[in-house]
Amino acid sequence: MAERDGRHAAIAGIGQTAFSKKDERSELQLAAEAAAAALLDAGVTAAEVDGMITYTLDPTDEIGMIRCLGVEDLAFTTRLPGGGAAAASTLHQAMAAVVSGVCDVVLVWRSINQGASYRYGRPQAAGTWLPGGGTGSLLWCMPFGAQAPATWAALASQRYMETYGVTNRDLAPLSVVQRKYAAANPAALFFGKPITTADHQQSKWIVEPVLRLLDCCQENAGAVALVITTVERARALRQPPVRIVAAAQSIPFNVEVISNYYHDDLTVMPEALGTARRLYEQSGLRPRDIQTAQLYDAFTPQVLMQLEAFGFCGRGEAKDFVAGGNLELTGLLPVNTHGGLIGEAYIHGMNTIAEGVRQVRGTAVNQVRGVEHVLVSSGMAGAILGRV
Amino acid sequence: MNTTVQPPAATRPDPILTPDAAFFWEGAKRGELLAQRCADCGDLQHPPRPMCPKCHSVRREQVRLSGRGEVYSWIIPRHPAPIGFAEPPVVALIRLDEGIRLVSNLVGVVPGEIRNGVRVQVEFEPTVGGYAVPVFRPVAS
Repeated sequence: MAERDGRHAAIAGIGQTAFSKKDERSELQLAAEAAAAALLDAGVTAAEVDGMITYTLDPTDEIGMIRCLGVEDLAFTTRLPGGGAAAASTLHQAMAAVVSGVCDVVLVWRSINQGASYRYGRPQAAGTWLPGGGTGSLLWCMPFGAQAPATWAALASQRYMETYGVTNRDLAPLSVVQRKYAAANPAALFFGKPITTADHQQSKWIVEPVLRLLDCCQENAGAVALVITTVERARALRQPPVRIVAAAQSIPFNVEVISNYYHDDLTVMPEALGTARRLYEQSGLRPRDIQTAQLYDAFTPQVLMQLEAFGFCGRGEAKDFVAGGNLELTGLLPVNTHGGLIGEAYIHGMNTIAEGVRQVRGTAVNQVRGVEHVLVSSGMAGAILGRV
Repeated sequence: MNTTVQPPAATRPDPILTPDAAFFWEGAKRGELLAQRCADCGDLQHPPRPMCPKCHSVRREQVRLSGRGEVYSWIIPRHPAPIGFAEPPVVALIRLDEGIRLVSNLVGVVPGEIRNGVRVQVEFEPTVGGYAVPVFRPVAS
């Protein structure tokens, strides 16, 4: 699907609001402002938008976005399952849509305002359960006191960590390097606020013995949007096009989103392994062809498991790979160079993709030198971005 | 004088009953640990579902499990405090001897001594609305 009749897909524009702990604007306003910024960045008009994609848990609505932006006629919409795990699926779907010719200009967005509506970090009330979220967490975890995302995620991570001798102390260098990136990023919630290993180890337990406070993303507000079109069309637009070299999704049997307890081996992420296999097959690239990776990091252990799944190090080796300084700008694979969801903001993985675009353009605050290919991953989906 | 010691009132949240999984919680209320088995090919499944992924049969039966298994992973949710618990519980994935895994709690354990692989046996604890859930206690291996 990466090519048909000479059509390839490219990211032509990115846009975002300011990120903050508290925002008085509605989620629809945040989404519309980010979308307008992305259209301006690309140099396309709202009238040219004929596709829209977002994912579950986003509280905004396509009709509202059409009304705000003045979109004339949508030919294609998709709302992907899995919450943040679907962040990179948007690129896969947008690529499929523009390469097949179903539509030509796709707007992708994610808006979040946790002060105003659903606060992910709080224990969830039983009445909030709705089918279709890709998770059995509320059904099978609530009566046992596992009532929030950090707890659900940590229960699976603990198996990986005990198996490979990973302690919470081993997660500190990952959190420290991401906060170092965030400290240099004016858009980040933690701009100018680096941390030390001691800060990490002294932060309170959220879920013992896996996650401390500084292993977790936080509740916040903001929106990020992308504009995807064909490479041919993108060439004539305002920004240098960022080609979607490959994009893929993987939802293997018995995998769940966040309450991922039932597949065969909890020391691996089968969904990330499947995504990696498809990305490398599509592109013909290998891990060593990737210069920087932007990996979904609601919680630090997810980064370790993705490093292994995408083949940047062997199974069980991620803690040593991280400890060796490889995620730094001077290392083998700078990771989450905007600060990640932990350091920049938790825009449910959409800001992770925006950073991948900036790294290819050469406009990142923490710019990696000589970038040919960037991996972006949300665990259940991913993409390899590169220059045209 | 009434010297009977009343157990403290249950505060644990009730399970959410859905059409395909209500039997699990109804069983727990009776003190039985149940799982779904395909009535045609015998495949044992958890979480329950309305169709067998091996043979597409919708004929299912509920079987009573041994209640024995081992700790597969465990954590203690410290912050924010879980609703319905006086002290943070030990949340564990239990791998039952029949081969399926389920989320539960460990009781009668000292946090510093919990290890994956510890042998456990089921017992039941009440919920606030009169249901019960299976929890697990270590046994001598």
